[in-house]
Amino acid sequence: MKPVLVIGGGIAGIQASLDLADRGTKVHLVERTPSIGGVMAQLDKTFPTMDCSICILAPKMIECYRHPNITIHTQSEVVGLEGSVGDFNVKVLEHPRSVDSAKCTGCGLCSEKCPVKKPSTFQAGLGQRKAIYLAFPQAVPLIATIDREACLWFTKGVCRTCEKVCPSKAVDYEQKENVVELNVSSVIAATGFEQYNPKDIGEYGYGRYKNVLTALEFERLVCASGPTGGVLNRPSDGKVSHNIVFIQCVGSRTQTTGYPYCSSSCCMYATKEAVLIKEHEPSSHVTIFYMDLKTFGKGFQGFVDRAQSHWGVNYIRGRPGEIREDPVTKSLTILYENTEVGKVERVDADMVVLCTAAVPHRDNGKLAAVLGVPLDGYGFFEVGDPVSAPVETGKPGVYVCGSCHGPRDIPESVAEASATAAKAAEDAARAEVGQ
Amino acid sequence: MAPRIGVFICRCGINIAAYVDVPKVVEYAKTLPGVAYAEENMYTCSSDGLNKIKEAIKKHNLDRVVVASCTPRTHEPLFQATCEEAGVNKYLFEMANIRDQCSWVHMREPEKATKKAKDLIRMAVAKAALLEPDDEPEIDVIPSTLVIGGGVSGMRAALSVADQGFDVTIVEKEPALGGKLRGFDSLFPHKQKASEVLEPLIEKVTTHPRIRVLTESRLKSVYGFIGNFDIGVETGKGVETLKVGTIIVAVGAEVLKPRGLYLYGEDPRVVTQSELEQLLHTGSVNAEKIVMIQCSGSRSAERPYCSRICCNEAVKNALNVTEKGKEVYILYRDLQTYGIHYSRLEQEAKRKGIRFLKYQADKPPTITAEPNGLKVSVYSPTVNETVEVTANMLVLSTPLVPVSDAKELSQMLKVPLDSNGFFMEAHVKLRPIDFATDGIFVCGTAHSPKDIGESVAQALGVASRASIPMAKKRVRTAAIMSQVDQTRCSGCGTCIDVCPYNALRKNEKGLAETIAAVCKGCGVCGATCPEKAITMHHFTDEQIQAQGLAALEED
Ligand SMILES: Cc1cc2nc3c(=O)[nH]c(=O)nc-3n(C[C@H](O)[C@H](O)[C@H](O)COP(=O)(O)OP(=O)(O)OC[C@H]3O[C@@H](n4cnc5c(N)ncnc54)[C@H](O)[C@@H]3O)c2cc1C
Ligand code: SF4
Ligand code: SF4
Ligand code: SF4
Ligand code: SF4
Repeated sequence: MKPVLVIGGGIAGIQASLDLADRGTKVHLVERTPSIGGVMAQLDKTFPTMDCSICILAPKMIECYRHPNITIHTQSEVVGLEGSVGDFNVKVLEHPRSVDSAKCTGCGLCSEKCPVKKPSTFQAGLGQRKAIYLAFPQAVPLIATIDREACLWFTKGVCRTCEKVCPSKAVDYEQKENVVELNVSSVIAATGFEQYNPKDIGEYGYGRYKNVLTALEFERLVCASGPTGGVLNRPSDGKVSHNIVFIQCVGSRTQTTGYPYCSSSCCMYATKEAVLIKEHEPSSHVTIFYMDLKTFGKGFQGFVDRAQSHWGVNYIRGRPGEIREDPVTKSLTILYENTEVGKVERVDADMVVLCTAAVPHRDNGKLAAVLGVPLDGYGFFEVGDPVSAPVETGKPGVYVCGSCHGPRDIPESVAEASATAAKAAEDAARAEVGQ
Repeated sequence: MAPRIGVFICRCGINIAAYVDVPKVVEYAKTLPGVAYAEENMYTCSSDGLNKIKEAIKKHNLDRVVVASCTPRTHEPLFQATCEEAGVNKYLFEMANIRDQCSWVHMREPEKATKKAKDLIRMAVAKAALLEPDDEPEIDVIPSTLVIGGGVSGMRAALSVADQGFDVTIVEKEPALGGKLRGFDSLFPHKQKASEVLEPLIEKVTTHPRIRVLTESRLKSVYGFIGNFDIGVETGKGVETLKVGTIIVAVGAEVLKPRGLYLYGEDPRVVTQSELEQLLHTGSVNAEKIVMIQCSGSRSAERPYCSRICCNEAVKNALNVTEKGKEVYILYRDLQTYGIHYSRLEQEAKRKGIRFLKYQADKPPTITAEPNGLKVSVYSPTVNETVEVTANMLVLSTPLVPVSDAKELSQMLKVPLDSNGFFMEAHVKLRPIDFATDGIFVCGTAHSPKDIGESVAQALGVASRASIPMAKKRVRTAAIMSQVDQTRCSGCGTCIDVCPYNALRKNEKGLAETIAAVCKGCGVCGATCPEKAITMHHFTDEQIQAQGLAALEED
């Protein structure tokens, strides 16, 4: 049986790979960044069960790594696809890590000594990493990588400290990019989503006001493995925040940003983050400004009911018009229209969290062109018939799952991932009987 | 030979190390009887941590391993597999949970947390010293699946399993396949005709050489375990027995008929959304002004869940009737038009003049039947006034509720229901379509309300999950199980009565014996047996006693 190509190593790509590998199919899992895990690896807890996200994800990541049927290609992208279902020729471009993956043990000594600091993508920019770094402590594979655009050796021709300190002689500045050619029977795209950058919404001051964060930044802040060890130190002065406001539908459900759809999981993750604040400090004040509370998933309504009745999270319907910052204290004031009394009211906050739209991955266009499949008007992968063929692109043998074809939560992504595995298994079975 | 136990203590970043003095605990672990080696790891579960376990096993000739870290629920299989790779039987592994049950609950008292971590490790080591290697029985998997329910989910699951090369039997209680979709007119979000989806699907299913359809049939009995289920099905012609390897539950859900609510059942002008659907199907909607009320019977104390599809169904039907020139009001609490397609539908509805009015749960609309119409009066917080509309038709958006025989089925299959009566998956986040019982899966609205595309996605999903063991042909079952000492058993049968999994039976001598593959190792039989004839593998009396006594020791 021929292998299957899975593109994107978030929870969707991981589950699709594991389903196929477990049944005996070889899988090539291609991930753009240095580690698999996707957004779920960055989350603190998950709604509505409040499972620790990395704790339930890490075993799956390691399972992929150890599985004899799965080959992981990190820092890689798919650059070519020819042929048809049952017989695709694929080109995978592996970017150099500048570290020999066979030798690196992930000890981290190199990054300890590296002099260059950069904002850490994993910490959503709130923390820092070095020019040579491990993506995060549970990264899979746990291999260092050099950011060549930041490294002094690659930019200025000096340093080479990491080479000297590495006990395994793993650093390799000469490493070249590598093109791997594969022949696969089916292709599964699971490239996920990105978060809308709210700096264009001037009224909310994101980027100008230090204490206005996005929800993903907040996930890192509240996480025990985050930059503050889970203490809610606000960015401007490190003061512990007890008064926090969430604003829903930032960039979503409005024509002005070009993302007029509902992003589906933000009402619930805001509720989750609000509960986390209350769990850390029950006397905190948390207010969520929402338009419609999306409680459509299994267990969601009960979760919101508990957030209200047990934790005292305050929900106010309305889209705030503006956030103002006190120039001295850097504390914030939120202005909103109370429709029930018909006038503008205000609430104060130490920190504001913007629940921003889930938007298509920026590389989708390039990848769609390579795969020869369509994107929708926003840039998500498009499924031709969402009712009868919810994971099919229209091109036989090419499937999509997870948030790369529209916002989805984790369980939906997981179930769909298994669905793509079923479609790929059908392709393989057909090839075997020679249909 | 004295045991050589290796103890690996995880810092879990700061999750453990911030509250438990890990280096001190490592030193303590080295002093425990039987411990040949102890070390700390930043993350024991990282690939680096696992390699260290393997290296230490070789270097220090370890024959047993204890990891003190997080929870066995997520991590035990990983550590066990690591031990096996280094030649240590997986049943010679033991875990101490010093995070969820120690550092996380004692964040404000690090000294006590450290002391408790020592206690927990001392207990784990005491048990580890007495562990015995075990084999896991391997069983053949019958390459055939039973699908319960012949609606769109069941049919799609069946078709995919069959297309993957395995036999399928569909058991449907109605005379025809199709389920709820039969009563539908069009399907959101693209307004396809329901029959255009259903007819070709039924055709494919009924003509597929690998699929057998039993209509007007009901599940009667289920015995066995993954790979070897014995199924009894009552058909029109009597009881038929089937042997299958895996089972898919796709029984769907029912639409609530809310007698008494908003005059439903009392005034013929009040219908449910699915009744409107049927009227649309037959082209007999003769009302000029229609009011729809969302959350009729849902998101309430009695049914504290959102039924996910009723908002979208309402918007779709509203669009259908406005096309016919009618005026529609939708009274809603929160509009669940999520995702790309439904958001588009909502925007279209707003453009086409459908009136959306928000109401509050604590101030539901009131309805008065008048000869010329139904007077609907509702307070809307968004406009801060009470709005009155006289409609010729009132449409209630009622939730999906579990099928009436869900409970009976769940007992037969030994799978749980959730608090709302829907089937309960193994893990809400990461195992959304598996049951905790191996070899049984769930999809579609049997799991929770969802639309057709989402049901089909889950149906294909279970088609993958259910085919994995069949593709592998053999499965291993855990060795944690009961064993009856035939010399002590008196044949009283107490264990057979208490076992929740039907894993014990009487042999030809009238004595109890365990059906290895069925036993889940829950231990109820062992605790109940009056003759102390039952040993629980991996949880023997001696092991548990040693653990208990170690708990009482001082460090
Ligand atoms: C703040 C926040 C909180 C959330 N909280 C929850 C929660 O509590 N519960 C819940 O269920 N959901 C939650 N979600 C949603 C959840 O994050 C998503 O459902 C989930 O991550 C989707 O998984 P995915 O695999 O589809 O995508 P991703 O996690 O985005 O993974 C996609 C992967 O593909 C890689 N990739 C992208 N493009 C390419 C390419 N061209 N080639 C190769 N690789 C590529 C990416 O690097 C990434 O690793 C939350 C989301 C946010 C933003
Ligand atoms: S050579 Fe580059 S990566 Fe290595 S230590 Fe110097 S700056 Fe850091
Ligand atoms: S490159 Fe060397 S120093 Fe850096 S993590 Fe790998 S083994 Fe350690
Ligand atoms: S899920 Fe909630 S916050 Fe997110 S876009 Fe939809 S309505 Fe807005
Ligand atoms: S989908 Fe809409 S009508 Fe149905 S329960 Fe949820 S909020 Fe109420």
